[in-house]
Parts: sequence; C-alpha cells; structure tokens
Amino acid sequence: MTTDAGETLSSLPLGQKGRVLGFALPPEHRQRLLEMGLTVGAQFEVIRFAPLGDPIDIKVRGYHLSLRKNEAAGVFVARL
Amino acid sequence: MASPVSTSAAPSSSREVTRYVAIAGNPNCGKSTIFNALTGLRQKVGNYPGVTVEKKTGRFFGSHGEAMELLDLPGSYSLQVRSPDEAVARDVLLGRQADTPRPDAIICVVDASNLERNLYLVAQMLELNIPIVVALNMVDVAEKNGVVIDIMALREKLGVPVIAMVATKGVGLIELRQAVSRSPLPPPTIWTQMPIVLEREVMGLARQLPVAPDIARAEALLLLTLHEAALDEVTHHDRAIIEATKAAQQRLGTAGIDPISAPVDARYDWIGQVCAAAHHTGDSHFAASVSDKVDGWLTHRVWGWVAFLGMMALMFFCIFTVAQVPMDWIKDGSDWLGKWVTDHLPESDLRGLLTDGVIAGVGGVVVFLPQILILYFFLGILEDTGYMARAAFIMDRLMSKAGLHGKSFIPMLSSFACAIPGIMATRTIENRKDRLVTILVAPLMSCSARLPVYSLMIAVLIPGHSAMQKAGIMLCMYLLGIFVAFGMAWVFKRKLLKGETPMLLLEMPPYRMPSWKGVALRMWERSGLFMRRAGTVILALSVLLWALATYPKPSDPKATPSEALAQSFAGRMGHAIEPAIKPLGYDWKIGIGLIGSFAAREVFVGTMSIVYSVESKDKEDIAPLRDTMTNEKRNDGSPMFTPLVCIGLMVFYVLAMQCISTVAVVRRETNSWRWPLFQIFYMTGLAWAGAFIVYQGGKLLGFH
Repeated sequence: MTTDAGETLSSLPLGQKGRVLGFALPPEHRQRLLEMGLTVGAQFEVIRFAPLGDPIDIKVRGYHLSLRKNEAAGVFVARL
Repeated sequence: MASPVSTSAAPSSSREVTRYVAIAGNPNCGKSTIFNALTGLRQKVGNYPGVTVEKKTGRFFGSHGEAMELLDLPGSYSLQVRSPDEAVARDVLLGRQADTPRPDAIICVVDASNLERNLYLVAQMLELNIPIVVALNMVDVAEKNGVVIDIMALREKLGVPVIAMVATKGVGLIELRQAVSRSPLPPPTIWTQMPIVLEREVMGLARQLPVAPDIARAEALLLLTLHEAALDEVTHHDRAIIEATKAAQQRLGTAGIDPISAPVDARYDWIGQVCAAAHHTGDSHFAASVSDKVDGWLTHRVWGWVAFLGMMALMFFCIFTVAQVPMDWIKDGSDWLGKWVTDHLPESDLRGLLTDGVIAGVGGVVVFLPQILILYFFLGILEDTGYMARAAFIMDRLMSKAGLHGKSFIPMLSSFACAIPGIMATRTIENRKDRLVTILVAPLMSCSARLPVYSLMIAVLIPGHSAMQKAGIMLCMYLLGIFVAFGMAWVFKRKLLKGETPMLLLEMPPYRMPSWKGVALRMWERSGLFMRRAGTVILALSVLLWALATYPKPSDPKATPSEALAQSFAGRMGHAIEPAIKPLGYDWKIGIGLIGSFAAREVFVGTMSIVYSVESKDKEDIAPLRDTMTNEKRNDGSPMFTPLVCIGLMVFYVLAMQCISTVAVVRRETNSWRWPLFQIFYMTGLAWAGAFIVYQGGKLLGFH
C-alpha cells in the first residue's frame, strides 16, 4: 500500500498536479480520504493554502477538498 | 420489502400516508431546498428518540393527490458513518431507527456540478434494496461550468429514474413528484460489483446476520469495511458476528484484498464508468473560475482576514442599528399595554402580576426578537453562500492551536446565535473528545440571550446614541468570549481530554446565491423557538420572580417599596449571596438579578425591571430601565452602576453558564450529568474571577 521513497501531498507547491500512489495513515483516516474520492490513482491539483499556511485546498474529482498538512503528509503522490 | 412497493391509489380525500419517502444526499447538494419546495410549510421538526439529531418531516402530495411523508435525512457523504448525524441516516435506511419506519423510497439528491463524488453515496444507496429516485440538482450550475450530463445515459447506467432539476427555481419539481408517486416503484437492479473474493465473504457474513434478507448484504458489507477499533464499538450485533467479521477480514487480507479500500475503489471504478457514459465536459470553465477568483480574495492571507473581520463587524453593526427601529416599536407596545392594564384594573396583586411580572418580564425579552432575526439572517446567508466553509478554512490553523479543528468553528459560530443549536451542530465532529471539548467551550461564545444584558449595560455605561462606540464595546465582549473559549479548549485538551489533533476534511462548495426562502424559513423556525421560550420558560420565571420580589408582604403597610423588596424572598436571597458578590462591586439587588437569570440570561433584564419598578411604583410614569439604573445610588450616595460595575457585569455574563436549556442539551448530548455540572462549575468560577479582576483591578488602577 505504501511507497517508501515517495513524495507526499504536503510537500507539493501551489498549482502542482499529482496522482495518489498510496497512504501511510490510520485506517479510519484512510477510509475517509478514499470515500471523499482521493483513491489510489486519483488525480488532483493543489489549489491554495489557507492564510496561515494550513490546511491545503486541493481539487479532486472536480471539487474542492481541504485537508491538513498533518494528513497530507501521509498521502504519497507522484507529480504529473 | 424486496418486492415493488405498491400504492393503493388512495383518493385525495383520505389523508392517509401512502408512502414514506426519505430524502438523502451529500451536504451542500441542495437537499433542504428540495425538501422545502416539496413540503412548503407542512413541516415538523422533532428529534430522534435518544439522540438530539433533528428529525425533520413534512407532508407532500403525489401527482394524484396521494399523501406522502417526506423525511429529511441529515446530509452525509457515506453510509460508513463517523458522526451521530451520519449514523441516523444509516440507521433509518437500514430500518434500525426506532420510531421511524424504513422508507418505501429514497430521493437521492445529487449535485450535478459535483457528480463523481456525489454518486458515491448513490452507489451505496443502490446496495440497500430500496427504490430510488435520483434528483440531479443544479444542472444549470453544471452547464455553466461546461458540464453536460446525458440524463438518458445516466438513467440507463444507474437503472433508476433520474430527474434533472434546478430546485432553487422550481425546475423539475413536478417531474420529481411524478417519479416518486409512480406505482409500482421497483428497487434498484444495478449496483457495484465487488471483487469476487470480497463478494463471497459478504454473502457468507450476510447469511449469519439476524436481519431481514433484503438488507443483509448491505449490513454485511458495512460491517466488513469497518476497521478494528470501530468494530469493537459495534453494539447492535453479537460478539459472534463481530468475531466472524474479523475472521473474514483476516481471510481477505491473506487473499490480498484490503477490506477498507476495496469496496471504495470498486464503487469509484463503477462511478468512473457511469460518468464516462453520461458526463461530458465542455471547454468553458467560467463559473468555477469565478468562484476560484473570489476565493483568491476571501482566503487571501491579508484580505481574507479583512473580509472575515469586516463581515463579523457588519453583522454586529446591523444588529445594533437596523434592529433598533422594530425594537422601539415593541418597547412602545409593551409600555402601552402595561399602562392600559394599569388604567383599567384597580390596584391589586393581580395588576402588579400583570404589569410588573408578565408584561415587563416577557416584553423585556421579546424586544430582542429583531436582533435574533438579524443574526439568523446573517448566519443563514453565510451558510447558504458557502462562506461558512471558508471561515472554517481560514480559522482552522488557529483552532488547531487550541487542539480543535475547523469543524468546531461552525458550532462555535452558531453559538453566537444560541449555544443550543451550536452544541447540536457538534454532531458533525467525529472524534468524541473533540466534540466534548467543543461542547464545553461553546457556551462561552456570546449568544443572543446575552445581547439583552450587554445592550442594557452598554446603555447604562454610555447613554445616548453612539452606535459605533456601542458596537465597539459589544465586539470586545464577543472577542473576550472567543479568547476565553480558546484558552479553555487548550486547557481541556491538554489536561482533561488528551488526544491527538483530529483529522480535518472540509469540502469547499462553490459560492452560490443564498436561497432566500430557506433563510426566511430558518429565521421563522428559530424565532418561533425563541418566542415559545419567551412564552413558557421566561413567562414562568417572570411570574416566579415577581412573586419572589412581592411576597412575603411587609407587615407594616407603610413600608417603602424598597423596604418591601428588601424583606421579600428575592431580597433575602440577594442578601444571602451579597457577601459572595460584594468583591465584584454588586449589591443584593444585582444579586437578585444574578439568581433570577440563573436559568436564562436574558431574564436579567426583566428581573432588573421588576427589581427597580417595584421600587419606583409610586411614580406614575415608568421611566426606561436604563435611566432608573443610571440614577441608582449606593447607600453612601455614590452611583451604583459605575463603569467598572457595568463592565464587570458584562464580563460576568460573557463567562457564566446561566442557561438551563443549555444544561439540558449538554446533558442529553453527553449522556451524563457529569459534564453539564462541570460546565456550570467552571464557567461560574470563571465569571466570578473575571468580574473580580475587572472591578478590583480597575479600582487599583484608579478607575471607578
């Protein structure tokens, strides 16, 4: 499920597009992200950061979803 | 129940309900708009037994006039629940909710401009074996975004009726009514195929479940996809079932199938196929980019804050200026009524009860109705436009410093109107500890019941009409409440309810025009609740207080009103607590006010009117309470309501619990007396300390 040397969602710059590779999150958090459409293989774009730098607003499956850097650090991604 | 539902084509004369219909959907999909459009004012708001999740039902009529009951389910993203709100939606649909029949049909509302994610819930609903009608809402928004949805293709792929709608404009309502009243309405025939190994385990588990065969598969699938900790919390199944589930999960694991992600992946794969056939993206992205551009400003690192604070300031400014006009009318009206009663009744206890107890007490509270209406107007618009989610987005970092998260912001913001809906709104917070912390601090946000107290004390503090100054002081009181709420949340999170900072997942819906009808309906509902409170609790308390302030009557008939009050029950109680409140600069009369408002803060104003009008009974004209209080003197002749006392009193009311309804709601939400009692204790302590610091500290610094 998890990839070792992967980049995480929390480290992506503004405007970066990416694809989900896997997760390193507790099961209940992982399930929630999956159900909100952030499944393995889903493509997204980093839209903006909140005024204080956290949370991150991404666009996935055509809608805006905000999540904290804390969780984003558990989402492995590949840049597109 | 697996068989098609048949309605016996009831004639419209018989008002018997022929069909129970549930309306479900994601948050922000326009579900309430459709509910309101279908039911109009034929709505009933209640509670599900045992939980405080609001149960909203309404009557509507099919295309042949047959009556149907519509149940508004709480908005949810998934049937795999994390919050009490989502749990109710699931339990109703699985026929597990006591007092609520399993629906005969579901209207599943889908936001056409956010089709993929919205179809996830539909995919789960299709597994439930209940007939479904999909209401594809906001097709106009989707089209503006360049998304064209092929309704015929969608209908074919989903295997259920799909109605294109623009609920805010009433488009598609007739078709929806027709589709729901069609007879027979067959259950879905298409649903997501799970990987074969998983499907086998689901069927195996389903056979062991002691539930009706038509929902066994859905139940089994929900159980199998629970992670271990959640499985251990399941109470509605035997240990044997839980163990069987765990064993099945183990077998799946060895087969290389992750029970958490496999069903979700399968559903999204299926949704992908549905969308490929029915969802056509054009090239224009106009509306989406407008919303994005607006967000560029409203969540900007500088302008975002300016807009946020500006909006709050505007809201409170309106509460003070716009509301003033109708408030004056209400005040004049109740003054006139009091005078009329005085003129037409002989001097008696009954007259005193009516004028000083009922009219003065209730009138003093009803006068704040305009402010409450304006507050709900603003909150409704912020919610409807989608700004509430931005506020949570902006505030999350600050909230997380206190160990809370952005979602606590909405309950706390609602608590500005009233802590009761605020505390009820904490149900969207999944983590139990975070929910509890939010409940504990939510009543520190200045609710509308404090407005009367603030308004009165500010009026005594600065006479005359300087709206800006008044709004400024008011803002300070609100900020104090926010500040202390954060501080206490931080303390609780560190000392009392240790736990990791929770997860935040926040959808940011595109900005929308608010539904004026929906806002109006909510204002109507909430002001109705407030008026009912004024008519019952506050009326009863006003009468009780009047009695306490009137009896026992002085033995000496020539006693002055002031002496009469001093030896009444209320006076004795006020005297009894005087030693405790003397360090705050209060006398026993304010003590009466504090005791009287223990059950409801706004009663303070009514109590003060009674306390002081009892004294000034000999005067023919009932001078405004403000003037009476401004002229109130201590025994040594110095003014009673000095700036320090006024500010101290306001601080006391910012921090004190003083609300029996909140206590009752907290007790219900936390299911024990422990937390509400703790809350009364800590908040009263804070209030005393705050007022003490203001009064004694201020005196030390040379103020008076």
